Amino acid sequence: MKILVAVKRVVDYNVKVRVKADGTGVETANVKMSMNPFDEIAVEEAVRLKEAGKATEIVVVSVGPTQAQETLRTALAMGADRAILVQHDGETQSLGVAKALKALAEKEQPGLVILGKQAIDDDANQTGQMLAALLGWAQGTFASKVVPAEGTVAVTREIDGGLETVELKLPAVVTTDLRLNEPRYASLPNIMKAKKKPLEVVDAVGLGVDLTPRLKTLKVVEPAKRAGGIKVGSVEELVAKLKTEARVI
Amino acid sequence: MLITEEQAMIRDMARAFARERLAPGAAERDRTSRFPAEELREMGGLGLLGMLVPEEWGGAGTDVISYVLAIEEIAAGDGAISTIMSVHNSVGCAPILKFGAEAQKERYLRAMATGQMLGAFCLTEPQAGSDASALKTRAVRDGDHYVISGAKQFITNGRHAGVALVFAVTDPVAGKKGISAFLVPTDTPGYTVARLEHKLGQRCSDTAQIVLDNVRVPADAVLGEPGQGYRIALANLEGGRIGIAAQSVGMAQAAFEAARDYARQRTSMGVAIIEHQAVAFRLADMATRIEAARQLVLHAAALRQAGLPCLKEASMAKLFASEMAERVCSDAIQTFGGYGYVDDFPVERIYRDVRVCQIYEGTSDIQKLVISRNL
Repeated sequence: MKILVAVKRVVDYNVKVRVKADGTGVETANVKMSMNPFDEIAVEEAVRLKEAGKATEIVVVSVGPTQAQETLRTALAMGADRAILVQHDGETQSLGVAKALKALAEKEQPGLVILGKQAIDDDANQTGQMLAALLGWAQGTFASKVVPAEGTVAVTREIDGGLETVELKLPAVVTTDLRLNEPRYASLPNIMKAKKKPLEVVDAVGLGVDLTPRLKTLKVVEPAKRAGGIKVGSVEELVAKLKTEARVI
Repeated sequence: MLITEEQAMIRDMARAFARERLAPGAAERDRTSRFPAEELREMGGLGLLGMLVPEEWGGAGTDVISYVLAIEEIAAGDGAISTIMSVHNSVGCAPILKFGAEAQKERYLRAMATGQMLGAFCLTEPQAGSDASALKTRAVRDGDHYVISGAKQFITNGRHAGVALVFAVTDPVAGKKGISAFLVPTDTPGYTVARLEHKLGQRCSDTAQIVLDNVRVPADAVLGEPGQGYRIALANLEGGRIGIAAQSVGMAQAAFEAARDYARQRTSMGVAIIEHQAVAFRLADMATRIEAARQLVLHAAALRQAGLPCLKEASMAKLFASEMAERVCSDAIQTFGGYGYVDDFPVERIYRDVRVCQIYEGTSDIQKLVISRNL
């Protein structure tokens, strides 16, 4: 079985993001970028399935600028076999990416597509679901366990109030949650090998996909600074404040 | 100096590993002197303990620049562990790779490159440090064996190494040409850890005094040729010094980052202390000195990678980086004020850990001697 894994290049999770002065987005110039952590979990899961003999080839894909090749190389160093970059310099939105992934899935014919449940930049949590809908494939989102069998895959999902296990018919789309696995560090010998693995660059036109944004960002602002707490004198005062100020009771 | 995408990937991996796996336990290891066996096992699996060993011997086969970038990051996580890594790579694996016979490489290097076996370098003696020609340890030929007797001082990995590279005099009248190097498995009868030093810092890295009491090894334990020991001892001086310089930069960087972050959140007189110019300028000076040292390290590493002479540049990098690091760590403590002097924050430990960088692999004075003779 071939596995297709989608990864996104995002601002590194250790970086404190800063809003651009003109409010059009967040500062990315001279900011460390790395692979979306949920996508790292997706790559790790694919590599583990291959190591367990459940998968034969891992193709890692990304939609983004030239620099996203670095992100793809990281995935190759973790154990993916080859990479495809859909080069796109403008803004990427979930629907456009899902369409690009659909075109690649139709070309590559994977048994499984694994991707992070969301990217830590826009936190949209849509691409996997949209991709499954566009392809008409089954989807198992927020996976904390993935067990492929003959023609099916059992996916344990993290849902409100507990865990739910669904059995999907292959081919299927799986999105990863935090507890699925702990991604490995790419070893030095594998980093050295990664540069010899194939990395193909295509563009949206070649795939016959329209990546034009459908949503317009009006304004990006910093979250309000947290104000300090206060001390209340009595239980009565606390209850009154919870009612009238916090309005939670 | 600009680094390649691959070098950046190696640095980033080492950084993530050091931050997530090494830094959190560094204070506890300092307190208990616990040897980092588990951490080293992980590092071996990642290829960090055989970085310059080619793939055919199980190593990672990276270049020297990647090596110093990785050492810097590991040192930022735990200075003591970076010493174990540096010793193992530069005076453990490197001499066997360069001078070893096939059988010696098969037996030792393959296991060392993946960290399954650690190496120790036994040159220094109680009475002989940088003056390597004053060795008193003797190796006497006895049929097809040698019998080695003597004492070795300040041996990193002395207790946990699987193999020790021991330098001993085989021909007392031949001076420097009478020294030979021996690969001694540390389970050989007579190899004794006489004491473990109690050190100012770098406490989880064992520093041992080794007594060699009639240690009997076969003649094929000689590394290279008999009489080649002095040459072997000096062969990777530059590599070792560049490694210590990189370590110094890493530890200084860690102390600087702790001080910077503290200065951003600690307030006095109503503002974060980084808003006070005295604090902000001190941090600017620290960052500038670190960057200057880093560039010296990378330049020396680039020369070495290209196979060009770099004796002077390696000494300059080590001298500057190690002295810079003590100063920067001291400034980091100053930034923390009283909290910098207590062990609630990492800077007092880093200050202790980094001090020895001015001493081992040739003291600052020796580096000045080397530099001054090459002016």
